[in-house]
Amino acid sequence: MTADATLASLSTGLRERRYSSVELTQAALARIARTQPELNTLITVTGEAALASAAAADRQLAAGTAGPLTGVPMIHKDIFCTTGVLTTCGSRMLSNFVSPYDAHIVTRLKDAGMVMLGKANMDEFAMGSSNETSYFGPVKNPWDTSRVPGGSSGGSAAAVAARLAPLATASDTGGSIRQPAALCGVTGIKPTYGRVSRYGMIAFASSLDQAGVITVSAEDAALTLQAMAGFDPRDSTSVDVPVPDYAAELQQPLAGLRIGVLREFFGEGLQPAIEGPVREALATWQRLGATVIEVSLPSLPLSVATYYVVAPAEASSNLARFDGVRFGHRCDKPRDLMDLYKRSRAEGFGAEVKRRIITGTYVLSAGYFDAYYLKAQRVRALITADFKRAFAEVDVLVGPTTPTTAFGLGDKTSDPITMYLNDIYTIGANMAGLPAMSIPCGLADGLPVGVQLIGPHFAEGRLLAAAHAFQRETDWHLRTPAGVSADFAAGETR
Amino acid sequence: MSGEWETVIGLEIHAQLATRSKIFSGSATAYGAEPNTQADLVDLGYPGVLPVLNAEAVRMAVKFGLAVGSSITRRSVFARKNYFYPDLPKGYQISQYELPIVAGGSLDVMLEDGSIKTIGITRAHLEEDAGKSQHEGVGVSAIDLNRAGTPLVEIVSEPDMRSAKEAVAYMKKIHTLVRYLGICDGNMQEGSFRCDANVSVRRKGAEKFGTRAELKNLNSFRYVEKAINLEVARQIDILESGGKVVQETRLYDADKDETRSMRSKEEANDYRYFPDPDLLPVVIEESFIEQVRASLPELPDQKALRFQQQHGLSAYDAGVLTASAEMAAFYESVVALVPSDPKLVANTVMGDFSASLNKDNLDIASSRVSAAQLGVLVSRIVDNTISGKIAKEVFEAMWTEGLDADAVIESRGLRQITDCGAIEAVIDAIMAANPKQLADYRSGKDKLFGFFVGQAMKATDGKANPALLNDLLKTKLAP
Repeated sequence: MTADATLASLSTGLRERRYSSVELTQAALARIARTQPELNTLITVTGEAALASAAAADRQLAAGTAGPLTGVPMIHKDIFCTTGVLTTCGSRMLSNFVSPYDAHIVTRLKDAGMVMLGKANMDEFAMGSSNETSYFGPVKNPWDTSRVPGGSSGGSAAAVAARLAPLATASDTGGSIRQPAALCGVTGIKPTYGRVSRYGMIAFASSLDQAGVITVSAEDAALTLQAMAGFDPRDSTSVDVPVPDYAAELQQPLAGLRIGVLREFFGEGLQPAIEGPVREALATWQRLGATVIEVSLPSLPLSVATYYVVAPAEASSNLARFDGVRFGHRCDKPRDLMDLYKRSRAEGFGAEVKRRIITGTYVLSAGYFDAYYLKAQRVRALITADFKRAFAEVDVLVGPTTPTTAFGLGDKTSDPITMYLNDIYTIGANMAGLPAMSIPCGLADGLPVGVQLIGPHFAEGRLLAAAHAFQRETDWHLRTPAGVSADFAAGETR
Repeated sequence: MSGEWETVIGLEIHAQLATRSKIFSGSATAYGAEPNTQADLVDLGYPGVLPVLNAEAVRMAVKFGLAVGSSITRRSVFARKNYFYPDLPKGYQISQYELPIVAGGSLDVMLEDGSIKTIGITRAHLEEDAGKSQHEGVGVSAIDLNRAGTPLVEIVSEPDMRSAKEAVAYMKKIHTLVRYLGICDGNMQEGSFRCDANVSVRRKGAEKFGTRAELKNLNSFRYVEKAINLEVARQIDILESGGKVVQETRLYDADKDETRSMRSKEEANDYRYFPDPDLLPVVIEESFIEQVRASLPELPDQKALRFQQQHGLSAYDAGVLTASAEMAAFYESVVALVPSDPKLVANTVMGDFSASLNKDNLDIASSRVSAAQLGVLVSRIVDNTISGKIAKEVFEAMWTEGLDADAVIESRGLRQITDCGAIEAVIDAIMAANPKQLADYRSGKDKLFGFFVGQAMKATDGKANPALLNDLLKTKLAP
């Protein structure tokens, strides 16, 4: 195993003064500079500020006041507001928006001493599964640059896959952390809804949005989540439940763990090349002492349809504030108020965002509300109940993260429904607000395959432990695309 | 002809809650600050910010609900009302729709003829106010978001009122109540208390309501009355000339004294209400309700009843004295000093005292005569130092010169004459000087008694004790 392939090892290396934070940051910035033209992972690079905070981190390291994350370079998804830094949400609408404040998790990771390298590319307003809806151009999958990295956190996943940083923050509304993590061969965790504050994360669908992180390993995810999780009075949906010691929970023994295999996830539409590695992962867990039972969640197949009512409904309202008045894109020379609204929004939003605003407006409108929005809420309750029943029998649910490996750029852009079906396995966890992870479990034709773990509310520790146990047995998470060094410290400057 | 028509009115009253900070942000709510200085990122609807409910606003709404006998909704829900307008930064207003915090209730209102009418309250819900648009000439509008996010309780009545006067009486009663409860400053000029009126007319005896028009943003009692009367006349005109009233929103223009159409039902927004996913349902525990109930002050009706029962006041007087908590408190402070004659205290407070406040356009807090000072004055009537008539003169001097009652009485020599001998001497002199009147009186012209009273008062500069004078005159004049 390469010495400095994970955040955990970098944390140790920094303390042992094997390298400085400035050196790590310089190395990361050099990698970004080299890969950016091809991969387009970042929308904004904050090199100078990064070096300044790295220098400050080095002083902390020297003074012995450093925490486990101090001095480690990282990237924020451009959905998180960052003071004084462009925060675009992947949209022309916010292409000029410099945030006056920090999102909760930005503050948390800054306070932990992390060094922000820049802001990751993403699907516009997190609406997309391929990163192709970004106003700033698509991100390329580092494993095969003719393919998509997934979305909406495509920039975050590709950045970690290309080892530009050991972690990138991300957000997940219907699979936006797990799907790109799977397609890019990295580890991604979507915590329980309410576990991490949404304050400062630009809203897409408020009842589903959850901040999380993409890392190399489950251990790294545990380290980062430790800093991100916790009650925030500024988010009313944040939950005041004590944050466990995730590093300690990682060590939970697997013996006796009851794994439920989701029957609905192994049906039609699943690529055989995905099913193989996922079944092998199950076998690995069994070897480690877990028992595997098949379970069924009959309402789960309804989740995509339900999602495409609930999420657009909330989005249509959440995105009303982008009106060209106080911030963001404003059309040139508006004739009157309506012209200002209409042209600013017509110019500022891309096609997918408009499609969802129109869908959402429709399902909330008089005469349709009951048939769509209310019915979707009822189905959502059924899905939640299904999960609850399942978790009475098993501790963790396991299945594939995606039906296929990374698809080609442009392959699905003309057919939104096909694109939406990419999230068929991930949406359920958002519907029920459950924590879920995707970890690499194999390669199919040289493309990464992800296995998904879903747990009951606030069982992040259990998911991390299962993922960590798997990653001690396997090295899929340490594999990198051709030409990408797994060693973060092996920068160009060394 | 118009006698055949019946007016039906329901009011939606918006009362600004007197919280220090806004309903979903930490910004101050104080009135009159420089434009846009009391609007933070939440009020401005910045990307990524989230609302956090002000618990004090909830407490105040519950207080109101308990005061009008409502049931408090144990699990109420905030909803988004979606529409675009420049003074609505988020593109939606956070309000309550299907599950308001206060459901049902009623209020007793005294009408002009002294009868009591019970007005039903459908609901009261919490919501945030929008900002203010100021249209400054052609093509220029200024937006002030200081008011955006100010907590409001919207109190919706049943269509129970049958005249503009009833509507005003109800609105005044709500105004009194919210100030008693300390949940709204009631300042109508600053927009803290305003209403929309739903007005329709129907044939007397008809069961179905007529088509209604909604009159927007009536911010004085006078405007409410005028606008409703104008609207009723307009609707009757339409109906009597064979037309149909259209359902629409109308704006009252005080300058032109007319109502005009703002938008018709067809043009009305589809607000696409749905539960706000940023806010959890407001769950209210029984213990909280009991805690709020225990904190309720004595309410106007309770106080008025007590004034009638304990002080022997008429229902009318008790109603006037309890119209504001300050007036009632003032009255009670004076009564505490003159417990033997609450009726006299009531008359003085409602009479000279209130008249002087009105004349000088002062509120009780800035009155020129304190309760203690007024108490001394009334005591001087009760202990016969001065007559009620002289008291008016003393009060006038107290009010304009800021003096105490005793100082005025002494310096002006206004003390009553209660010496029988002195009064008898005056009477004797008058009888001697008016033999004809005396003879006439004694021969049965009883009315002349007043003549002698007048002469005696004139001779004593009004200081003769009236009762004593009466007695002595009767004795002396008797044939």
